[in-house]
Amino acid sequence: MTPRQRRMVWVSLIVVGVSIATFLALAAFQKNLLYFYTPSQIASGEAPTGYAFRVGGLVENGSVKRDPGSLAVRFTLTDGAARVTVFYDDILPDLFREGQGIIAIGQLQPDGLFKASQVLAKHDENYMPPEVADALKKSGKMPPVDEFKGEAR
Amino acid sequence: MWAFFHKLASPKHFYRITGSWIPWLWAVTLLFMIPGLYLGLWVAPPDYQQGDSFRIMYVHVPAAWMSLFIYVFMAVTGGIGLIWNMKMADIMAASSAPVGASFTFLALVTGAIWGKPMWGTWWVWDARLTSELILLFLYLGYIALHSAIDDPRTAARAAAILAIVGSVNIPIIHYSVEWWNTLHQGPTVTRLDKPAIHPSMLWPLLLMAGAFQVYFFTVLLMRARSELLWRERRARWVRELFGNSAGTTVSNTQSNSDKAVT
Repeated sequence: MTPRQRRMVWVSLIVVGVSIATFLALAAFQKNLLYFYTPSQIASGEAPTGYAFRVGGLVENGSVKRDPGSLAVRFTLTDGAARVTVFYDDILPDLFREGQGIIAIGQLQPDGLFKASQVLAKHDENYMPPEVADALKKSGKMPPVDEFKGEAR
Repeated sequence: MWAFFHKLASPKHFYRITGSWIPWLWAVTLLFMIPGLYLGLWVAPPDYQQGDSFRIMYVHVPAAWMSLFIYVFMAVTGGIGLIWNMKMADIMAASSAPVGASFTFLALVTGAIWGKPMWGTWWVWDARLTSELILLFLYLGYIALHSAIDDPRTAARAAAILAIVGSVNIPIIHYSVEWWNTLHQGPTVTRLDKPAIHPSMLWPLLLMAGAFQVYFFTVLLMRARSELLWRERRARWVRELFGNSAGTTVSNTQSNSDKAVT
C-alpha cells in the first residue's frame, strides 16, 4: 500500500467508526431525544408520571372551552387514535386554533388531566396562499396534517 | 478538463485564473438575489396560516441549507487535503469555515425570530434546533483548532480530521425532524414527493437558495485568494506580482531558503 492509499483507508475508517459510534449513541438515547409524547403514547402508559414532559397533538375541533372570567382554557389534543385533555391558564400563541398542531409542556394529573405550564404552536410544512387553502378545503383536498399521526417518528 | 483542475491546484495559477471570476460571480449573485427578494417580499402571497411572517423563510431556509452544504464542502476538501496532501484543498476548507459559521448563525437567529410569534418561544431544545447549534460549535471549533496550531500542515491535518468526524452531524440535522418528534416542522422542499409549498412561494425560495450558493462561492474565492497570498507571501510569484518593492522589506536572504519549502 502506498502512503496515499493508507491515508485513504484511515479517512474511511474514521468516517465509518464515528458513524457507527454515533448511531449506537443515538439509538441508546432514542427516548430522551423525543421532544414530545403523542396522546397514544400516554394512553399506552409510555409517558412519565410525576414529572413534567411534553405532549403533542392536534387541537380537536370544538373542544376548546374558555373560562369567561380568566385566561384559563381547556382543550383536547388528539393524534387520531387517542386523546388527552389539557388545562392551561396563560396566553396562547398566535397560531393556536382548532385543528392546529400544539405542544404542551406540563404534568399529567392522577385523574388523567394534563396541566400545562407552556403551550407552543407547531406549524406544519405546508405553505399556500389563503385562496388556495380555501379552495382545497372546499374540494376536500387539503393536505392531511400527518404531524401527529401514528407512531413516534 | 483534468489539466484545468490540476492547474487550479497550483497556487499561482489559482490566483491568476480566479481573479477574473469574482466580478462575474457577484453579478450572478445579484441576478438571483434581486428577483428572489422582489418575488419573495412583494409578489408571493401571504401564507394561509402564518400571514406575512412566513417570508422570513426566504432567508432562514437558504441559510440553513448553506450551513449544511458548506460543512460537507469543508469535510470533503479537508479529506482531499488529507489524502493527497494538497495545499489548495486546505485553503479552501479553512476559507469556507467562517462563511459556514455565519450562515449557521443566521439560520439560528432568523429561526428564533420566526419561532417567537409562530411557536410562542424563541428557542426549544428539540433535536433539529440542538443539532444545528452543535453545527455552529463545530464550525467555531474548526476555526479555533486551525488557528491554534502554528505549523500549517499540522493545522490542516488536525482541522480536516475534526471536519470529517463532525460531518456525522449533517445527516442528523437533516433527518432529525423525521426520526424524532420535534417542534420544528418536517421538510417542505427536500422530500421525495411534491414540495408542500405553492409554486408562487417556492420560486422565490429557489432563487434565494441559488443566490446564497453563488454568494458562498464568490466570498470563498475572495477569502481563498487572500489566504493564498498570505501563505505564499515569501514565494517568488507573489513578490513578482506586487513588484519587488513590497517584498524587499521582508529581507532577501529569507526568500532563498523559503523557496525550497514551498
